[in-house]
Amino acid sequence: MTPELMEAGAEARERSLTRVLTHDGPVFNQGVALYVEDLRVAFDGFQALGGLSFTVGVGELRCVIGPNGAGKTTTMDCITGKTRPDSGRVFFGSNLNLLTMNEAQIARSGIGRKFQKPTVFEALTVAENLELALAGDRRARFAMRARLSGEQRDRLAELLLTVHLAEERERVAGLLSHGQKQWLEIGMLLAQDPKLLLLDEPVAGMTDEETERTAELFLSLEGKHSLVVVEHDMAFVGILAGAHRTVTVLHEGQTLAEGTMAAVQSDEKVIEVYLGR
Amino acid sequence: MKRTLLVVIALGLLLVPLLHLAFPPGHVLHLSEFYVGLLGKFLCFAICALALDLIWGFGGILSLGHGLFFALGGYGMGMYLMRQIGRDGQYQADLPDFMVFLNWKTLPWHWAASDSLVAQLFLALAVPGLIAAVFGWFAFRSRIQGVYFSIITQALTVAAMLLFFRNETGFGGNNGFTDFKRIAGLSITSPGMKVALCMASAAALIACYLIARWLTQSRWGRILQAIRDAEGRVRFLGYDPVAFKLSAYVISALMCALAGILYVPQVGIINPGEMSPAASIEMAIWAAVGGRGTLLGPVLGAFFVNGTKSVFTAWWPEGWLYVLGALFIAVTLFLPAGLMGLAKRFKR
Repeated sequence: MTPELMEAGAEARERSLTRVLTHDGPVFNQGVALYVEDLRVAFDGFQALGGLSFTVGVGELRCVIGPNGAGKTTTMDCITGKTRPDSGRVFFGSNLNLLTMNEAQIARSGIGRKFQKPTVFEALTVAENLELALAGDRRARFAMRARLSGEQRDRLAELLLTVHLAEERERVAGLLSHGQKQWLEIGMLLAQDPKLLLLDEPVAGMTDEETERTAELFLSLEGKHSLVVVEHDMAFVGILAGAHRTVTVLHEGQTLAEGTMAAVQSDEKVIEVYLGR
Repeated sequence: MKRTLLVVIALGLLLVPLLHLAFPPGHVLHLSEFYVGLLGKFLCFAICALALDLIWGFGGILSLGHGLFFALGGYGMGMYLMRQIGRDGQYQADLPDFMVFLNWKTLPWHWAASDSLVAQLFLALAVPGLIAAVFGWFAFRSRIQGVYFSIITQALTVAAMLLFFRNETGFGGNNGFTDFKRIAGLSITSPGMKVALCMASAAALIACYLIARWLTQSRWGRILQAIRDAEGRVRFLGYDPVAFKLSAYVISALMCALAGILYVPQVGIINPGEMSPAASIEMAIWAAVGGRGTLLGPVLGAFFVNGTKSVFTAWWPEGWLYVLGALFIAVTLFLPAGLMGLAKRFKR
C-alpha cells in the first residue's frame, strides 16, 4: 500500500469514529451504553484524569467510588460536555462521539446528570421544574406557545408520586428541604427520560429514610436505564451494588480496581488508598 | 380585583391626554400642554424600564447599554422628521440644515429611506433589532455573563455615542436633530398631534406590557427565569440558553427602540447624549426602584423616579443627582424588591 492510501484510510477511519448523529439517539448494538477510553485532563499542570478507561453496559447500574480528588466529578464533566478532555475517547452507545457535542446536544441525546449540589430552579414551583424537564421540543420558538399535553400532565403527576413530592406540587422549589431538592432533581432527571443517568452524590444531605427510598428507586430503574452512581456513602453503595453488581474504584484519575463490592473491598490496593485500615 | 384595577389604569393612561382637548384652558379638568408632554415622556421611559426588566429581572442579564437602542429608534424617527422640515429650515434648502452647514450636496446613502414614514419606521426598529441580535449572539455564545456583559454593553453605547458625535457620520454631530415641524404633513406642535402622540405612547406601553406578560407566563418565560437561577442546569436539561437569552435581548431592544421612536417627536430633539452611560444606567435605576422581576414595578419606578426628578429639577436643580443617588442606595439597602416589594409588605 502506498503512504497516500494509508493516510486516506486512516482519515476515513477517523471520520467514521467522529461522526455525530445528533438527530438520532445512541445505538446500543454492542451492549455498551457508555465507553470511556484513555481519558486525560490536566488543570494547570494538575493531572485530574490520567488515562481513565471504563465501560458501562446497557441497563447496568454501576457504582463509582473513590477518595476526594480521584477524578469522579471531572469524569462526569467530560461525559456531559462541561469539560473538554486533553485526549481520550467518550462514546455514548456505539455511534455518538460525545467529545464533539455540546452540553445541550448531549442532554438531548439521552444523558441526564444530577449535580453534587442540588440544582433546581428555586424561583419556580415543583411542578414547573418538572415541566421544563419533561421530554419535548427544546427550541425557544416552541417554548413561547408550549402547553402541557394530557399525556404529559399524567406523566408529571406520576413523577410527583415517584419522588414523593405530590403534596409540594405548587410549592416554590427554593422552600424545599435539602433532601426534597435532591428528590426534585432526580425527578427532573427522570422526566427527561434519559437512557443514561449520571448521579453525582445523590444522597448527600438526605436522612436515612430518604437514602433508603432513593436506593429503592435506583434499583427499580436498573434495566430500563443505564445508571452511573458516584457516591461517598459506603452504606448506600453497599445496598446498590448488592452481591453481583460491578463497582469501579477511582484513584488519582485512573481505574484502581473493578469488581463486585466484596472483591473490591478485599483488594489490597483499594484498602491502602481508600478504605483504609 | 387586581386585573380590574390594571384595566382601569390602562384606560386612564390612554384617555387622560384627551382632557387637553376636551376642556378649555382654565377648566378644572383641563390638562395643560406641559403635562401632556410630561406624561408622554414618562410613558416612553416606562417602556424602557419594562424592556430592561424583561432581560434583567427575568433573565438575570443586566444591560447597561439600552440607551443605545432607545437612541437608535429615536434617530430613525428623527431622520424622517428632519426630512419633513422640507424648505422651512434656516437655510431654506432641500437638505437638512446641518448638511447645508457641512456643505454637503446630496443626501448620504443611509438617508435613502428617510422620506417615507413607513420605511423609516421599519428601519428604526430593524437596525436596533439587528444590532442587538448580532451583538447578543456573539456575547451569549461566548458565555459572557454578569458584570462583564454589563460593562461590554456600556462600552457599546459609548462607542456608538462617539460615532454619532462626529459630523461625518451624518447624524448632525453633537447637536443631533431638532427643530421638527411636521409628521406626515401635519403640524407636530398642534394640540391634536401632541395628544395623539401621547395616546400612541400609552397604547405602546400597554401593548409592551401585554406582550411581556404573555412571554413571562409562557414556558419560554419560565426557562428564562431558570437560566437566571441555574444556567448550567438548563443546559443539562437539553435547552440551549443562547436562543432564549438572545430572543429576550432582541425583544427588549425592540421595545426600547419603539420608545425612542415615540419619544423624539414629543420632546422635539434627539442628540448623542441619549447614548451616554448615565442615560442607560438611569433605566436600570427605574427598574430597580420599581421592583425587578415584576412587570408593573418598572413602570411604577419610571413614573416615580422621573416624577421626583421633575419636582426636584424645578425646585432644587443642583440637588437632583444627590437625591437620585440616595434613592438608589436606599432601595438597594432597604427595598431589594423595590416599590412592588413595599406594596406587598403593606398588604400583609
